[in-house]
Amino acid sequence: MGLRIPKALKQDNPGVTLRRDVRESFVASTGPTGMNNPADARAESTASAQRLAVDVCNVSLTFETADGKVDALSNVSLQIADGEFVSFIGPSGCGKTTMLRVIADLQQPTAGTVLVNGMSAEQARLDRGYGYVFQAPALFPWRTIEKNLKLPLEIMGFSDNEQKKRAARYLALVNLTGFERKFPWQLSGGMQQRVSIARALSFDPAMLLMDEPFGALDEIVRDHLNEQLLQLWDKTGKTVLFVTHSIPEAVFLSTKIVVMSPRPGRIIDIINCNFPRHRTLEIRETPEFQKIAQRVRVGLRAGHSYDE
Amino acid sequence: MTNSALALTTSGAGTLRKHPLVECYAPIVTIVLALIAIWYVAAVLMNLSLVRDGFEREETPYTISDLVAGTMSAERPLLPAPHQVIGAFVDSVFGYAPTAPRSLVYHSAVTLSATLLGFVLGALLGIGLALMIVHSRVLEKSLLPWIICSQMVPILALAPIFIVVLGAIGLQGLLPKSIISAYLCFFPITIGMVKGFTAPDPMQLDLMRTWSATPRQVLSKLRWPSAVPYLFASLKVAVTISLIGAIVAELPTGAEAGIGARLLAGSYSGQTVQIWAALLAAAILASGLIGLVDLTERVVARQMGTWS
Repeated sequence: MGLRIPKALKQDNPGVTLRRDVRESFVASTGPTGMNNPADARAESTASAQRLAVDVCNVSLTFETADGKVDALSNVSLQIADGEFVSFIGPSGCGKTTMLRVIADLQQPTAGTVLVNGMSAEQARLDRGYGYVFQAPALFPWRTIEKNLKLPLEIMGFSDNEQKKRAARYLALVNLTGFERKFPWQLSGGMQQRVSIARALSFDPAMLLMDEPFGALDEIVRDHLNEQLLQLWDKTGKTVLFVTHSIPEAVFLSTKIVVMSPRPGRIIDIINCNFPRHRTLEIRETPEFQKIAQRVRVGLRAGHSYDE
Repeated sequence: MTNSALALTTSGAGTLRKHPLVECYAPIVTIVLALIAIWYVAAVLMNLSLVRDGFEREETPYTISDLVAGTMSAERPLLPAPHQVIGAFVDSVFGYAPTAPRSLVYHSAVTLSATLLGFVLGALLGIGLALMIVHSRVLEKSLLPWIICSQMVPILALAPIFIVVLGAIGLQGLLPKSIISAYLCFFPITIGMVKGFTAPDPMQLDLMRTWSATPRQVLSKLRWPSAVPYLFASLKVAVTISLIGAIVAELPTGAEAGIGARLLAGSYSGQTVQIWAALLAAAILASGLIGLVDLTERVVARQMGTWS
């Protein structure tokens, strides 16, 4: 945190551009190798451990429930490079949310190691290395929109002046300028979710973890927010980990799609997805898009049939 | 008298019926008038034999109307008529200087001071216990049974013991009464605040964790504001209980001042009118106290975005 905040303070974008350069060079070098060859990926990761945003290695997590043990995650390994947009897709109970929570140190794995920004998940959390967006906006109903945005900044000890500046900047980023003094219940569901995204970005974390953020919204709002999220990712150059149920959403947004399967929760396919950075919803009609969507669908189905 | 008043509120001119004041207060006024009517009937029935015995003892001829008039103005009736109670109340409130020992204002002030001190002590104790219970499972297990036990012992049995013990260590007057009052009123506050402090939704708690908030920050920025509605609900219960506690504390001690002392003196000398006037004073005090808590709640709720 000590390192990150001063950088963020003087940033008027150089920090971000720099990070983006790093990402592009890195993605270019790993892109073709991808994750389809774990041996290569492992070698790559040891060579450039600094550049990995997330390194999950042989992680298992077993819940003790009343009905016995549940394997939420079983021996999962995954590397995510800095600046990537990674979607996790799979049926309910496949462990995608658990995966995100393990990376966020909201849950501890029973086995395996997790490195986030080169440190342990707990260290990364204490370092405020990521912003988390939940399925529901989870705004604090007794705070105005502006005060909601300022909450993490208050907790992290930003100056009043800086809090004000950042609240204004990030509200503008999600197109909600003018709503500062409103209370959450005065905003629509989509707007509330945008506030929660702005809140997650407000302290300028290197990584954004999003757990089905648009799951509760209707299709049109969802499309719109998908485009906005993509622009945001482009503008800020953050690493995004994105859990979803929707195949088109995953294919449209991601540079990498992780397909997961339940009982036990595991990764069954990792698909690289190299659409141009500036894409519009129209690419959903292209054959390339359909091809990737098809592959995701096949993967999901394979995971399911394994079950029966 | 009651009938004509009723007719006025229900079948007045059409414009009068639409008047906001009428619309607002007509139901309440109707109920109050109905209760007063029932009260008069009950007073006649209950005091009838008493008055008849009086006439027969003096061997004076009497008519039905003499009997009824007698029930309305008996000196020591079983059930005084409303106008007797109100007359005695008005007389003892306005008929003497506020510091005179026969003034109800004086007695109410004595009880009110014990009530308020007891309420403040009880609220602090209640909130403190709730904080301890919420933050430690060990304390929850060790404290909660005692807290519940404390409320199962009848306060009428405990109050004299309290007074004697506290008197032995040199505490007299206001403080012992306040302690008994606090002993009664902390309970709903503890129960309400335990519920309130654990009210935040898991997502909000997870968010605080992702921001690495300290336990103190979680308390001040999340648990406290979440508990506010529960706080006011329990304060409303507690404030009336603390008044009852203060009055009960005055009963076994032979206190010379206070509403409890008035009740006791009235029952010793069969002054039912005086007892009822004191009860009326207690009821007015209680509604005033609840009104005060209610008002505070509204002010706070407005600051928190009309959220309650």
